[in-house]
Amino acid sequence: MKWGVIVFPGSNCDRDCAHVLTDVLDQDVRLVWHGDTSLNGLDAVILPGGFAYGDYLRAGAVAQLSPIMHAVKEFARTGRLVLGVCNGFQILLEAGLLPGAMLPNVGLSFICEDVWVRVENADTPFTRHYESGQVMRFPIAHAEGNYHTDPVTLAALQANAQIMFRYCRADGTVTEHSNPNGSLDNIAGLRNAGGNVLGLMPHPERCAEALLDNEDGQLLFRSMIDVVTTGSDKKQMTS
Amino acid sequence: MIRATIHVTLKAGILDPQGRAIRQSLETLGFAGVNDVRVGKFLEIELNEEDPAQAEAQLKAMCETLLANTVIEEYRYELKPQPSRHSS
Repeated sequence: MKWGVIVFPGSNCDRDCAHVLTDVLDQDVRLVWHGDTSLNGLDAVILPGGFAYGDYLRAGAVAQLSPIMHAVKEFARTGRLVLGVCNGFQILLEAGLLPGAMLPNVGLSFICEDVWVRVENADTPFTRHYESGQVMRFPIAHAEGNYHTDPVTLAALQANAQIMFRYCRADGTVTEHSNPNGSLDNIAGLRNAGGNVLGLMPHPERCAEALLDNEDGQLLFRSMIDVVTTGSDKKQMTS
Repeated sequence: MIRATIHVTLKAGILDPQGRAIRQSLETLGFAGVNDVRVGKFLEIELNEEDPAQAEAQLKAMCETLLANTVIEEYRYELKPQPSRHSS
């Protein structure tokens, strides 16, 4: 399986993603410069974490206008898998590939810590190796992860099972106290209506190998590999 | 030439933690009676354009596509025609 990892000026998790994919999961990875215009030959694309364009104006606002984003939109439109992590999630929101927007964390701090996250929907190309309701320990590191959208869109996200991960307690209970950043409905990750674009604030690539004493994130990449290489899950990939 | 000033602010009803922190700081300093503080962005844009209607159309497009995220923010602008640099 061939992966593309987009490199924006200011990306800083691009190499981490490439490392996990090549050294841990034995995948083919191409780093794609943001000024490039083609994603030909790739099966899945990752928009990594970082501070693309210094987060000037708003996180993701300038990056979403990069030349490669035309190709990313076309890639998503044709049903192929797009994963945005942290700053990549913010870029997907600004690009309109996912609904809603990010506000500054409610406590105004940059938060860098491990959090508990509940898998809300395991019946997707990104989560098939998890179980619904499973609680994972994922690291977060962001200043703008306070997800916001209007009530109509939130209702649609809930009704279509587009909310993929929610901040929770260790026992899986979703509470206000377990919400690190004020995110609406404790949303940590969501997918588009087509089901092939996922954005999440936690960093699965930072918890995907035994050396780091946490492999919870590896299952996300394994799910995507499984879907692409076995060709199953066509329904969700093309809907 | 037209000079435009643009204010981008959070929509009413969207929590502004920064504004709230500033309000509390003002209170700490003894400024009683500050009911609310909202923080936004201020931009000055110089347009090489003489026609106010054209300038306004451009500004609106700029705000909608880049300068504001209309999911969470609203914007307003003012146009100030500048005397041409070439006139005597």
